[in-house]
Amino acid sequence: MKILCYALFACAFNLLLGFVGLLSFGHAAFLGTAGYVCGMMVRDVGVTPEVGILAGTAAAGLLGWLFGSLAIKRTGIYFAMITLALAQMVFFLAIQIKETGGEDGLQGVPRGHLFGLIDLSDNIAMYYLVFAIFCFGFFVIYRTIHSPFGQILKAIRENEPRAISLGYDVAKFKLIAFIISAALAGMAGATKTLVFQLASLSDVHWHASGEVVLMTLLGGLGTILGPIVGAATIVALQTQLADSVGSWVTVIMGVIFVICVLSFRRGIVGELQALIKRSGVN
Amino acid sequence: MEIFGISTALLGSQLLIGLINGSFYAILSLGLAIIFGLLNIINFAHGAQYMMGAFVAWIALTRFGINYWVALIVAPLIVGITGVLIERLMLRRLYKLDHLYGLLLTFGLALIFEGVFRDQFGISGESYEVPELLSGGVNLGFMFLPIYRGWVIIASLTVCFGTWYMIERTKLGAYLRAGTENSAMVQALGINVPLLITFTYGYGVALAAFAGVLAAPIFQVNPLMGSNLIIVVFAVVVIGGMGSIMGSILTGLGLGLIEGLTRVFYPEASSVVVFVIMVIVLLLRPAGLFGKS
Repeated sequence: MKILCYALFACAFNLLLGFVGLLSFGHAAFLGTAGYVCGMMVRDVGVTPEVGILAGTAAAGLLGWLFGSLAIKRTGIYFAMITLALAQMVFFLAIQIKETGGEDGLQGVPRGHLFGLIDLSDNIAMYYLVFAIFCFGFFVIYRTIHSPFGQILKAIRENEPRAISLGYDVAKFKLIAFIISAALAGMAGATKTLVFQLASLSDVHWHASGEVVLMTLLGGLGTILGPIVGAATIVALQTQLADSVGSWVTVIMGVIFVICVLSFRRGIVGELQALIKRSGVN
Repeated sequence: MEIFGISTALLGSQLLIGLINGSFYAILSLGLAIIFGLLNIINFAHGAQYMMGAFVAWIALTRFGINYWVALIVAPLIVGITGVLIERLMLRRLYKLDHLYGLLLTFGLALIFEGVFRDQFGISGESYEVPELLSGGVNLGFMFLPIYRGWVIIASLTVCFGTWYMIERTKLGAYLRAGTENSAMVQALGINVPLLITFTYGYGVALAAFAGVLAAPIFQVNPLMGSNLIIVVFAVVVIGGMGSIMGSILTGLGLGLIEGLTRVFYPEASSVVVFVIMVIVLLLRPAGLFGKS
């Protein structure tokens, strides 16, 4: 379930980096905010889980609209720095505001009953819900990429001045893509809160933003399946390594980052695709 | 004495802290700006290198008995040399690619450095004694000034303006500025641009380490001391724009002061005020205060 949540998160992120060419270093803000909103709605207001997830997604989308309209004023490296700084602001707010529980986060979020009927404390039921949400999110992304809208996004990535000269309102397209990406990241965050019954500060921290970049990079930028493979690999690695090497996990993540950037830029899925293409030609 | 119902001692000491933070912002954003100018890379490892400067000084003192003054020179040298190695061995391969890869690579390096230091020294932080010559303080009448803090401001301003002078007024600086404008042309004129790039990265990194040594006696020497600072510095860079050296210095100092003032009048907002200013600047002047769009 953790893999599915992170896979959705990484897919949402990849929509932005892989298909629009915008590197956001602040996606943790959407993951974390949605997690908090969902947690508060379910635990303190007492709504059913599906409403909680919707509320979280909506909150992340709204935040994405705010961040997006600021960040798309600049491109490239500035874009990355602005999103990072905005996300850090969210992090500081999450520490200070009382409702988010400060350093403790929101603990003991009940999973509740889906539609008031299905008991989600049963892990199997929860699993199928997470799976369904993941499939829905993946479908949204797939449809976005394979629509005329997605084609325009790709055109913007490849040659922005040209897209502008063709009469497309580039800023608007970027903003919409940003909002979709943020909302789906939020959906992942809200679901994650229900799974772990916890919304914590670490989800808002920039480490989480870095992780999702790594997942996407490792799996393959701009490929549809890449982020899923990347997320599965990283989550599995973290779970395995946490017991054996402790604090070296960060170092290993850093090393994977460096290797990916230096000699493995297409990522796992990207390399596989290249391999298939090559063998097809021969 | 009181101003707006706040004692001048409190106001003065917060402004002093603001000025100190501001001078760190200035040194770090200055380093980022010159690296960005020539390499077109945002050095995400800048915070980690600042932390390494502080740790090298601390290790030098506790393990080898090397005092503060020597460390102030040696630590930036050592960290600068690691920077040179990083540029030669890794960054060099990425210049032909999208600039974002440089950001990602240095992010990975930052994770590695932080992880290694955290494993070796834990996260509790180590304290570094203020050197004897600079301990104690003077009473300025309206507030108490610890001598070391005054020294930090003077030292960092000297370094900032020295760097500014070197870039704007010397021949080496002229090469550097020319390389920023059009590196292929400078290369064609017979100047060794790759060497210049290596030197620039090494120097930028050394600046970060220098700030780290200065910071060691004030803040705790801690593996994570750089990572939160660097994000604020990024915001400073966005606010100032990376177009001018002087711009980075002034923006850094100014924001430090504003942060200090916020801590007096509305403490809750002090950690986010820089980001709020960034938002306002982005709305009004997206290229940054000193930037060329």
